[in-house]
Amino acid sequence: MIEALSYDFMQHALLAALLASIACGIIGTLVVVNRLVFLAGGVAHAAYGGVGLAFYFGLPVLPCTLGFSVATSLIMADIARRDRQRADAAIGVLWAAGMAAGIILLDLTPGYNVDLMSYLFGSIMAVPAGDLWLMAGLDAVIVSAVAYFYQPLLVASFDEEYAAARGVPARLLYLLLIAMAAVTVVMLIRIAGLILVIALLTLPTFAAARTARTMGGMMFASTLWSMVFCLCGLWLSYMFNLTSGAAIIAAGVACVCVTAAASRLRRARTAAL
Amino acid sequence: MTQPVIDVNAVSFSYDSRTAYGDRGLALDNVSLRVDEGEYLAVLGPNGGGKTTLFKLLLGLLKPTAGTVRLFGEEPREVLHKVGYVPQSITAKPSFPASALDVVLMGLANRDGKGLFGRWRHTPAERQKAMQCMETVGLEHLAASRFSDLSGGQRQRVLVARALVSDPLLLLLDEPTSNIDPQGKFCFYEFLAELRGPMTIVVVSHDLSIAGSAFSAVALVNKTLRYNAGPALTAEMLTMLYGTHDKTCPMGTFINSVSTIFPTLPEKRHD
Repeated sequence: MIEALSYDFMQHALLAALLASIACGIIGTLVVVNRLVFLAGGVAHAAYGGVGLAFYFGLPVLPCTLGFSVATSLIMADIARRDRQRADAAIGVLWAAGMAAGIILLDLTPGYNVDLMSYLFGSIMAVPAGDLWLMAGLDAVIVSAVAYFYQPLLVASFDEEYAAARGVPARLLYLLLIAMAAVTVVMLIRIAGLILVIALLTLPTFAAARTARTMGGMMFASTLWSMVFCLCGLWLSYMFNLTSGAAIIAAGVACVCVTAAASRLRRARTAAL
Repeated sequence: MTQPVIDVNAVSFSYDSRTAYGDRGLALDNVSLRVDEGEYLAVLGPNGGGKTTLFKLLLGLLKPTAGTVRLFGEEPREVLHKVGYVPQSITAKPSFPASALDVVLMGLANRDGKGLFGRWRHTPAERQKAMQCMETVGLEHLAASRFSDLSGGQRQRVLVARALVSDPLLLLLDEPTSNIDPQGKFCFYEFLAELRGPMTIVVVSHDLSIAGSAFSAVALVNKTLRYNAGPALTAEMLTMLYGTHDKTCPMGTFINSVSTIFPTLPEKRHD
């Protein structure tokens, strides 16, 4: 593995993993505490429509997918707020519609596109330097926005009605959160692919929830866990020639299972004493 | 005449003309209410009678279809910093990562420039204020505990502390004892009565039994409103509140059953 670090693609993969982990830890925490996991999953799959648009019109893939995902996420968010009873069904429809639109647009695009599978299952080993700069810029925006709005986000995440009653702009914060989730999801598609991206968004938060005592602490711990999962997955992918996205998720699931088992064992021993 | 804390003047409100509120589709119909400083008011009424709608109008979360709502002589959204609010329930997941003290500190969020934008942590003075509020509700020893690990009654007291941390002049509580056992309920309203003084307290509930405790006045809401300057309930008030259910639950039977709770009610009815 050490000699692999001398290669550009491996250095890019490592940097992409670290940059994505920052957004993953922060936004993943907010997605989980605000119960937006299903919506985030819908955004991830609908993002394929953005990929299809980019290929069909010959546009840069990452910016086109970003714009498409942000627009789709805001539509889903508006539907979810207006009609909470049918929000799940509406998100499901948009989820499938985006995916279908992407597949059809790619079918209509002339030529053979070798990159398609990488969007479904991830291609962390093929991240260009330009994408790394974009990811760094998006991280800076996400970190700045969350730092500035941290207290109002905390109040609105805990109790949205109370936040609105106190004059906190809960609706605007909700839309901001959805937009940042869409940006994060598109960044993570490079790492885990859109099929598995929701796992990368939620697994680190799941691991961090055991010990976190504050939302900020959960964000920090989630970021670290995400880095661990990505680095373990990269190592597995390199050593055994595995699909990188699946290897990262498998590493994450294994870590979570081990920590959960260790926690149960500790509780059982304490109870026995 | 001093300015009232709450001044609801001929307010009507409609969510949607297709609701089950009758031909006019009104949740509240020509409701007026004046609450002066220092009152301890219980707002009672049946489910769907408009109590929560009235609360949302007081908080400025809804705008009246007709009439005006004023708090301290101004629009509700202009004086949010003077109002403390305890909701019936919270939307957070049980596993939300926050201590009881963290929840109390959330009460410092408001809109008038003293909000919390651009700040990551609270000042020592704010944390000390929050601890004082925890002492007020008798839970200072649980400040570091996870909010999700507290009992229902303890959580409700923490939410009261959250409402108190901003030093409100008006405290609004929406069904604050819906998840608390009878003894806890009694202690809770006795504790609230001790907070009176310059602060005005308004409690919304569908539970008639709270009217027998330390409230200074009762307002009954069932699309319309009837105010009584005293904590007692009468048979006429109960008929005004619950008369719409007479076909399924004869009023005579209901009042007889409720008479065991309220010694102030007249002799048993024999319909």
